[in-house]
Amino acid sequence: MIEAIGVVKRFGPRTILRGIDLKVETGETLAIIGGSGCGKSTFLKCVIGLHAPTEGRVVVDGLDVTKLKTEAEIADYRRRFGYLFQEGALFDSMTVAENICFGLKYLTDVPPSQYRKIASDSLALVGLKDVEDFKPSELSGGMKKRVALARAIAARPQYILYDEPTTGLDPIMSDVINDLILDLQKQLKVTAIVVTHDMKSAYKVGTRIAMFHEGRALMTGTPQEFKTTDNPYVRQFVDGLSQGPIKMKLKEFEADDSGAAPAAKAQGKR
Amino acid sequence: MGGAVTESLFGGFGAWILELSEDMGQFVFLVRSTFQWMWRAPIEWRQTLIQMARIGVESLPVTAMTMFFTGMVLALQSGATSKHFFNTPLFVGTVVAFSIVMELGPVLTAIVVAGRAGAAIAAELGTMKVTEQIDALYTLGTDPVRYLIIPRVLAFLFVLPFLTVISDFTGILGGYFVSRVKYDIPGITYWHDIVDNMQIRHFVHGYIKTYIFAFLVSMISCYRGVTTRGGAEGVGKSTTRAVVESMVLILVVDYFATALLNAMGIT
Repeated sequence: MIEAIGVVKRFGPRTILRGIDLKVETGETLAIIGGSGCGKSTFLKCVIGLHAPTEGRVVVDGLDVTKLKTEAEIADYRRRFGYLFQEGALFDSMTVAENICFGLKYLTDVPPSQYRKIASDSLALVGLKDVEDFKPSELSGGMKKRVALARAIAARPQYILYDEPTTGLDPIMSDVINDLILDLQKQLKVTAIVVTHDMKSAYKVGTRIAMFHEGRALMTGTPQEFKTTDNPYVRQFVDGLSQGPIKMKLKEFEADDSGAAPAAKAQGKR
Repeated sequence: MGGAVTESLFGGFGAWILELSEDMGQFVFLVRSTFQWMWRAPIEWRQTLIQMARIGVESLPVTAMTMFFTGMVLALQSGATSKHFFNTPLFVGTVVAFSIVMELGPVLTAIVVAGRAGAAIAAELGTMKVTEQIDALYTLGTDPVRYLIIPRVLAFLFVLPFLTVISDFTGILGGYFVSRVKYDIPGITYWHDIVDNMQIRHFVHGYIKTYIFAFLVSMISCYRGVTTRGGAEGVGKSTTRAVVESMVLILVVDYFATALLNAMGIT
């Protein structure tokens, strides 16, 4: 179970997360939706420990990520997670197989003789075959995403965190990736958080959905509740309308703090 | 209007000071965690070896050529000067060898390697940073300092002194070439000018400095790489900064290192 309690994250003077309280039960898939720059990715990075929350706590199976001290504790914590990066973040100096097996050396006790088999098995789980010796630059966008996913699941994590898994893919490939996520949930029985702004994807893979807006969790509920809610913010986002309360807010934000948004984004990627 | 100009001038200066302070603080933190990780976890020797090969092999032709011509021009100038005063080229070997072994060898080699390998490191790590590959390293259970920075720093510390020794030799060889061909100095005179006057401590003086330069260049290049922000443009900026800062600091630190070594009697 992943539990976030009052998570606040600031980068210098800019507050990205303003107190997030969320619970992800074991076995469920939580889809986090929200506009660009609302703190979805930052939250994901707080969960895995790439960012330390300024305030609040993230507790996973009783382990508080902010209180990990020794190497062993940190390794034990990280071993639980697979992380799919937005652009894949494959190491371009390594082959596909080397990419997939990279974490095994640090996260598991698997002997190196097994690496090749694990690479093939992980690739099979994401629907790829015979690409072990390719370099990432030789793959298409969709294949890169799949390889990145294979790398995230190679060490058989209990939790998978997806950072915009369908961004930058064509509609068909997006749906294929959605199917893949569902398939992995079934086969590996993992708990997952999917950060996305693709509503189709959120409805399809999420057992529950949380909407972030300006660093807060605006609403949490089932996909059905999201489809029928009359919360104007949620409605506007879900229906993808340019007119509504969110647009107004964005405009005010830009007016009192011009040029800050790109900087915030760059900081968020730190 | 004058007020506005003054304000923007001071404001700009203040911002620059703030940025510099922040940079130096972060740099010191990175150096500290580099040292911490050296003891904390096993060293990635395979990565270190790969980096050594890259830095060494990439840089050797450029450094050798740079130093060969430096030796040549030193011989040409010192020969011409002493010919002007004494009507015969005197102590060409001494001038060439001392200049190269104590100063030009270590400094020019470090500068060339900073431009070659330092830039490559900053660009590579910068690209890894903006494409989230450095974050990926973390999620896959290793630390970027351990996996990326320590191997590069160690590779520099192993390779740069070695490259400098080769540079010293090629420089002296360049000087020999000119003194033979241009001034017709007998080879035995050239070499005697060197070995009769030079002692081990002169070599040690230059050699110690190469370690300081190696650490400086590798840390700056890594620092600029891992703190890159903002896409392709950011990578370009980081690379430029890494090279410029390395070069300037090599020359600045060289003065103080020389003063310190002289004070310690290694001169």
